[in-house]
Amino acid sequence: MNNLKSRLAKEKRFKLYGIASITLALFLLSLLFVSIFSQGYTAFQETKIQLNINFSEEILDPNKTKDWEIIKKSNFSLLVKNSVNELFPNVSGRSNKRKLKKIISSSAEYQLRDYVKNNIEVIGTNQKIWVLADDDVDMLIKGHINRILPEDERRIDNDELKWIKFLESKKLIKKFFNKTFFTSGDSSESEQSGILGAFIGSLFALSITLILSFPIGIATAIYLEEFAPKNNKLIDFVEVNINNLAAVPSIIFGLLGLAIFLNFFGMPRSVPLVGGMVLSLMTLPTIIISSRAALKSVPPSIKEGALGVGASKIQAVFHHVVPVALPGMMTGTIIGLAQALGESAPLLIIGMVAFIVDIPQTMTDPATALPIQIYLWADTPERGFVERTSAAIMVLLVFLIFMNSAAIYLRKKFEKDIG
Amino acid sequence: MNITTILIIIGLLGVSAYYTGIRKSLVLREERLLHSTPVYHGAILAVNSSLASILFIIIWIFLEKNIFLELSSSRYILFIISILIFILTAIITFKKIKHEFKARDKLEKIIELFLLACSTLAVLVTIGIVLSVIFESNKFFSAVPISDFLFGTHWSPQMPIREDQVGSTGAFGAVPLFTGTFLIAFIAMCIAGPIGLMSAIYLSEYASKKVRDIVKPLTEILAGIPTVVYGFFAVIVVAPFIRNAGQHFGLEIASESALAAGLVMGVMIIPFVSSISDDVINAVPQNLKNGSLGLGATKSETIKKVIIPAALPGIIGGLLLAVSRAIGETMIVVMAAGMSANLTANPFEAVTTVTVQIVVLLVGDQEFDSPKTMSAFALGLVLFCVTLILNYIALHIVRKYREQYE
Repeated sequence: MNNLKSRLAKEKRFKLYGIASITLALFLLSLLFVSIFSQGYTAFQETKIQLNINFSEEILDPNKTKDWEIIKKSNFSLLVKNSVNELFPNVSGRSNKRKLKKIISSSAEYQLRDYVKNNIEVIGTNQKIWVLADDDVDMLIKGHINRILPEDERRIDNDELKWIKFLESKKLIKKFFNKTFFTSGDSSESEQSGILGAFIGSLFALSITLILSFPIGIATAIYLEEFAPKNNKLIDFVEVNINNLAAVPSIIFGLLGLAIFLNFFGMPRSVPLVGGMVLSLMTLPTIIISSRAALKSVPPSIKEGALGVGASKIQAVFHHVVPVALPGMMTGTIIGLAQALGESAPLLIIGMVAFIVDIPQTMTDPATALPIQIYLWADTPERGFVERTSAAIMVLLVFLIFMNSAAIYLRKKFEKDIG
Repeated sequence: MNITTILIIIGLLGVSAYYTGIRKSLVLREERLLHSTPVYHGAILAVNSSLASILFIIIWIFLEKNIFLELSSSRYILFIISILIFILTAIITFKKIKHEFKARDKLEKIIELFLLACSTLAVLVTIGIVLSVIFESNKFFSAVPISDFLFGTHWSPQMPIREDQVGSTGAFGAVPLFTGTFLIAFIAMCIAGPIGLMSAIYLSEYASKKVRDIVKPLTEILAGIPTVVYGFFAVIVVAPFIRNAGQHFGLEIASESALAAGLVMGVMIIPFVSSISDDVINAVPQNLKNGSLGLGATKSETIKKVIIPAALPGIIGGLLLAVSRAIGETMIVVMAAGMSANLTANPFEAVTTVTVQIVVLLVGDQEFDSPKTMSAFALGLVLFCVTLILNYIALHIVRKYREQYE
């Protein structure tokens, strides 16, 4: 009895360890979310500068042809340059003027070109147009570059700072919702880069995964659960195989894809079609295992009832067991697809990692995927890309949360149905 | 004429075959009842003929690669023949449609065969993995002796461009990669093991139902986060933090230290360890706990002296599964660990792992027959074997453990 005190103290301490480890795990989880959110939320805005552009006829269409084929070859960059110089008439000297033009993103001329293409009647008029600012200006406006630092420690020098202050005082520089981020592909300039290309790549790959792995996975589960002979060595082997495949590292599936799909069958590199095929092999075990669990939990009375009134085995299974188990099977499929959406290692191996500006149009265009885009941007040290990496992660997480909630909803429904 | 159009045409033909079959059997049914309902007659007609022509197309595509490659019009020939086969099978099956025709039995046989074929795919995938890794590794081992690969301590897989280049032979000693992999996995397990186990114990033995219902899904979120996100987290938060902390104490820590990668990988594995431990602890019979508590032991004494010893095999199995997970993890180490092979056990230095080297060797342009690319498959073979053995042992232990308490 004399050591009861120390025993109780031990009890208390043990309980504290438990609380501490849970707190630590949850702290790390929230640290992850907070750090990504705080790095990335600014990426949903982009800085634009308003320019008063003179669409002069002399530059665009000196011969008054009004023919787009001729107009499109003209020097749109000059329009930007003229307008900026007009805004800051005091800036003189070649190098200063070049520096001045650099506060505008190089995408401005393409924006103007598209604008003229759609509104050919603006030629000869003056228009106020918001164009993208350079990424360094963007970072300054968003507060990622400290204005108080000495000049040689920040990426914006004193002249540029002076110009930006002038623009701010005239309200000619403003933050907008970042449309570029959602509507363009990758770019070497962070202010022009977006996730649409990677998103489409992921979408293509995932639809291939769904088309292949859902029917095959469910068919396998139905066969093993309902039709396979029991206590058969071959069937046992198949089952052990599936359980092992579920634990094979994902990168091994990439090696399989490289050796068999690319080298043996000669399929093209870097395309979502092959990516989807590799991912479907990877998600197959997940789908099979959870579909079997769903089939197993359907009360046997349902099947026996159908058999009793004269249905064949196939009819009993397909008309009565499978419809009940379907929400449960779909839960497994969605969880498998969510895994596939976040997976990047096998896609690296089959070459879906490249700098791709164009947005893929078909399943056989070279493409990346969302996680790969995150990996590529994370490799770039510029602050503008750090921001966009975090934002892309947020988009990816939103999709994963959405898919997982759908899975949870379906599971609840399934449990209620068979309850 | 591409394959997709041919398949679409076959699909359309299949639909019309379906309705033709139904129409014929409906006419027959006017006289007396059929063995199978009209739907099955239509279906067997459609399925039989489409299967025949699709099988033909698959065989053709396989042969085309090897034999008919010069025939530019081969796709047209394929189209014509496959349609002919479709019509021929359709006519033969159509003639068979009579009152006694067992259309349903036939269709059910086909469905069952289809299900069986699907379930063999998993085996084919395993065979595919084994063959592809072994085949390429075999080529590699004919260039580099297997003992050099497994026991060599120097890894620098660049192949010489000129014969007389300094250091002209690439070195393929994989020991530094193995030690690096195990170092990072060890650090990860040092984090995930205690935290995962303790949180599982707390959640299943101490926490109220309300707390458990909130906390458990939250920790499971950790398992759903893509590994590339953990990699980014390691690069942008954990590695700088560790380096700054090291500078504070006067330690020289590499920015791609094994410690940073291992720590983050540990966080990733926490939910894995805790959910398996949770299952295992809950499987310990209540009688054992009650007996211990009834003798006057405190809760923590019961856990330490009764539950954990009883659950030990299951916990060890779960930890082994987690180790195999850590060894095969790719993205975190690709982003946060180093690229150059160091033979060291110092967690503050940069090390590289098997998975990192596979990615480094295979990403980008590659000539396929150089030992450099083939060595990636040899590494893959090692990785596959090690994880397979770990999984097999772990699943075996867990299963034995479950049977013990059933």
